[in-house]
Amino acid sequence: MAQHSNDSKEKVVYVGDSRVKKSGRRPNIPPDYSAFPGKSEAFVPNFLLKEWMVGVVVLVGFLVLVVSHPAPLGYPADPNNTSFIPMPDWYFLFLYQFLKMPYVSGDYVVLGTVGVPLIMFGALLCAPFLDRGPERRFYKRPIASTLMFLAIISCVYLTYVAWDHYQDQLEEMGIVPEHIQREQEARRAAERGESPQKPGGAEEKQIAIVDANDPITSVIQANCLACHGSDYQGNGPVPALAGVGDKFSKEELADIVTNGRGQMPAFGDRLSAEEIDQIAEWLAKQKAATE
Amino acid sequence: MFKAIYNWIDERLDITPMWRDVADHEVPEHVNPAHHFSAFVYCFGGLTFFITVIQILSGMFLTMYYVPDIINAYASVDYLQHKVAFGAIVRGMHHWGASLVIVMMFLHTLRVFFTGAYKHPREMNWVVGMLIFFVMLGLGFTGYLLPWDNKAYFATQVGIQIAESVPYIGPFIAELLRGGDIVGAQTLTRFFAIHVFFLPGALLALLAVHFIMIRRQGISGPL
Repeated sequence: MAQHSNDSKEKVVYVGDSRVKKSGRRPNIPPDYSAFPGKSEAFVPNFLLKEWMVGVVVLVGFLVLVVSHPAPLGYPADPNNTSFIPMPDWYFLFLYQFLKMPYVSGDYVVLGTVGVPLIMFGALLCAPFLDRGPERRFYKRPIASTLMFLAIISCVYLTYVAWDHYQDQLEEMGIVPEHIQREQEARRAAERGESPQKPGGAEEKQIAIVDANDPITSVIQANCLACHGSDYQGNGPVPALAGVGDKFSKEELADIVTNGRGQMPAFGDRLSAEEIDQIAEWLAKQKAATE
Repeated sequence: MFKAIYNWIDERLDITPMWRDVADHEVPEHVNPAHHFSAFVYCFGGLTFFITVIQILSGMFLTMYYVPDIINAYASVDYLQHKVAFGAIVRGMHHWGASLVIVMMFLHTLRVFFTGAYKHPREMNWVVGMLIFFVMLGLGFTGYLLPWDNKAYFATQVGIQIAESVPYIGPFIAELLRGGDIVGAQTLTRFFAIHVFFLPGALLALLAVHFIMIRRQGISGPL
């Protein structure tokens, strides 16, 4: 419609409409793939259908994984938690483990965080410019293929070592990963017929502290509250001290403080017997107020 | 009916060349698993895109419930996981999809590498693909913090410490990511913004470039 037209079939006549071509358009006819070598076919719908079938197989496997393994969720983040073993997602483990090696950590950490990764990822990024030969088959490109195989093997090895080390650490310290611990607790609560415990203290019913100004509380504050929560209300998996008198007698509490229990360390050699006796007596008094 | 609508649009916008390029182009025999079963290795790229679409969709649904602040983040994820109908499925898809997209991308990269498909004239597409790889790793790193449980918190703390040890620019990177001296409220909102806006934007742009280049250059020939 570049030129002014007197054609009566034109709906609107624009003067100087430069963009809309009147002719020279491609007709809407699918290309004929017989001109291509081999059994070429159209992307839509022929090939896409086949690719979708592969996709469905993957999707079914994926959904089975999703349904059978719920996404993990631990306890709320607590920056004061000192016993947590930090662990990145699995695809960063090789890098994480690599940085623990002696010549790329400590004084040489720059080599580990910048030097080696820059060379490795740089080489990967620039692979087409480093591997310039005309051959495409991997066995005719021995240097490139060997380097890639070595890189894959070392990544797999480092990932395995990192995971193995983490499992050993867990076993050594008697720690159950938080998301598993949380699931177990929820299951036990469900078996007892209680509604699942709500995380994040805000919704919990707070049990008041009895005799909060007793002189022994200064010893308790110094020794116990780093783990048991500054307000005596517990901290993630660590149980609350408020209301502990409902669960244990004075003698049991003295034993727990002296010898430790589960993940709790023993305080028998850190506190005097007299202090432990007073602590146990004070803790035994911590009962939920009866209405 | 569809034909009439297509023609109506085509008459105005001349979309036939675009349609031919996007949808109706040739797929050679050597990449077609219906003709050669071993050609399934050529599906990893498409599957990566498929999982990426799942990630985008499930992520969009997650943001309907997720609250990016340190008081409510954990509680909102917990609510989504245990109370919302199908919430565990949507979150599970996003969680496992993040791993699966890395696996698929890794396999796709290895296929391209070992078939030498990155050679002339497709060097630029390899570079763009590697950039997509790095963006995906960035998405994984920033997404890991968002549930705000201990695992997320301490992994991020260590990750930022590692970034901080880079000479000269390390402290700036760490400050930029953390938004302060500690991993806290600012860190969570920044990671949320990076995870939901910045990196997906970069990812979509890079994917567009990746696909346009494939259309321009076609699939590399059989070995």
